[in-house]
Amino acid sequence: MSIEVQNVSFAYPNGYVANENLNFTIEKGERVAIVGQNGAGKTTAVKLLNGLHKPTQGEVLVDGTNTKERTVAQISKYVGYVFQNPDDQIFNNTVRAELEYSFKHSKLTAEEINTRVERAAELTGIQAYLNMKPFDIPYSIRKFVTIAVFVALDTPYLILDEPTAGQDINGINRLAKLMDILQDEGRSVITITHDMEFVADNFSRVIAMANKRIIADDSARNIFWNNEIVAESNISKPQIGELAEEIGSKNKILFRSELLEYLTQ
Amino acid sequence: MSYMELKNVTYRYPLAEQDALKNINYHFEQGKLYGIIGENGGGKTTFCDLMKGLIPSFYGGDLTGEVFIKGKEIRDWESSELASSIGYIFQNPFTQISGIKETVFEEIALGLENLGVEREEIIERVTNVVKQLKIEHLIKNNPNKLSGGQRQRVAFASIIAMETDILVIDEPTSQLDPKGTSDIFEIIHLLKEQGKTILLVEHKIDLIAEYADEVLVIKQGELITSGKTSEVFSNVELLNEGVNIPQIALLSNDMKEHGKPFETFAITKSQAREQILKKGSEKICQ
Repeated sequence: MSIEVQNVSFAYPNGYVANENLNFTIEKGERVAIVGQNGAGKTTAVKLLNGLHKPTQGEVLVDGTNTKERTVAQISKYVGYVFQNPDDQIFNNTVRAELEYSFKHSKLTAEEINTRVERAAELTGIQAYLNMKPFDIPYSIRKFVTIAVFVALDTPYLILDEPTAGQDINGINRLAKLMDILQDEGRSVITITHDMEFVADNFSRVIAMANKRIIADDSARNIFWNNEIVAESNISKPQIGELAEEIGSKNKILFRSELLEYLTQ
Repeated sequence: MSYMELKNVTYRYPLAEQDALKNINYHFEQGKLYGIIGENGGGKTTFCDLMKGLIPSFYGGDLTGEVFIKGKEIRDWESSELASSIGYIFQNPFTQISGIKETVFEEIALGLENLGVEREEIIERVTNVVKQLKIEHLIKNNPNKLSGGQRQRVAFASIIAMETDILVIDEPTSQLDPKGTSDIFEIIHLLKEQGKTILLVEHKIDLIAEYADEVLVIKQGELITSGKTSEVFSNVELLNEGVNIPQIALLSNDMKEHGKPFETFAITKSQAREQILKKGSEKICQ
């Protein structure tokens, strides 16, 4: 079970090429961060995974099935995509209705749906908002509403597009915990983010993109300590890593505990 | 007289059951950069809306206490006058873009048109600001079709073009890559050098540590801590209040706890580097 992206290029109908020759595989239960410059093609790339875009060249296989042979509605039962801007996704009158909407054609009983909704709300920390209008709650919480939709749906693959934007430390910690729980359940999480500390803390595998292409697919440590990749993809080391480099450490330090050990040994 | 001042300010939104801001007092000096931090939902954006003059004129509700902007109480300001004194960059760039303009150029010019700036000057200001923000290649694009990061730069450009003395900036870099973020902070720093007074809400705590002169921590509507940035961040206990502390400040604290404190508590990378290199050379000398 995996998502396989094979020699994929994508051009918008107006001819603009957004992705060139992407190759990667996301295994079941794997957690991957996608980082890179604004406009590098990160969002386009993940929209290829759930069929919102179909490759103009190459193939995307979800658990062996080519996305070209399925509708977005069919694929989204397997691959959930949480939009970058929650307001592009939300359209119901209450948070609860937003979470229940996706079960409209489901064969689950009302009780089962309720259990799923309550659990998703708990994991994303939005219980207190379930009966509110989505647009009366803060942006950072609305983002968790859109994540809860797919947590409730229980999709095996979940794509989060910049979930860290605008989150405070509580939100970041909640996201990290949620990803741990999903991974324990064997679900894959693919996250686009610009928060480099979040990447270092939570992802062992990182895909770096620049100019429509994947320029590196490696461990967080190797990516952050490769200055060419860092420069080309407009990312940066976490600050502790930058400090370690500036004082001459060659140990590929990323974390405070590692730097502390280096400084106090 | 303070440039801006809050005196016993309490505010409650219409129909709300609790105060959104509780008895806040603060002096702001001209030309300084103030970082406003704290948990989401704690009152940071309400605080910005207040300083922008949107409270109570736009939102209604109950405002008690006094808010002085350039020595004049907020209730005595005409909203058009305020708009030419205070620029406000929204938290969500998707909301700030007007949606009624077909090119980025026109979008940036919109605010200036509303202020009644002469046509030639509009063109000059927009041309300069798009250069400054590295978005020259976007000026003919439709603002509604830009990426999140591009929108954020356009929103920023629209406000800089208005050349206001005071800037209230609510999370300007949430959609930007690290390089784009540091570009924006360089511009914010430049604006400060030009004498602008800046109130900045930002979760990227390393950048607040580096650029802010003073920090205000707001939690559940209260100003729980405030003061010089170095003093606020040397209190790592704030982590328990849902406030993020820069990794470098935490490192300084770790060093202290390991009995090898830095000579002065570092909160930024360059301060820490200096301390470490100093320690290193002392070791070599011994």
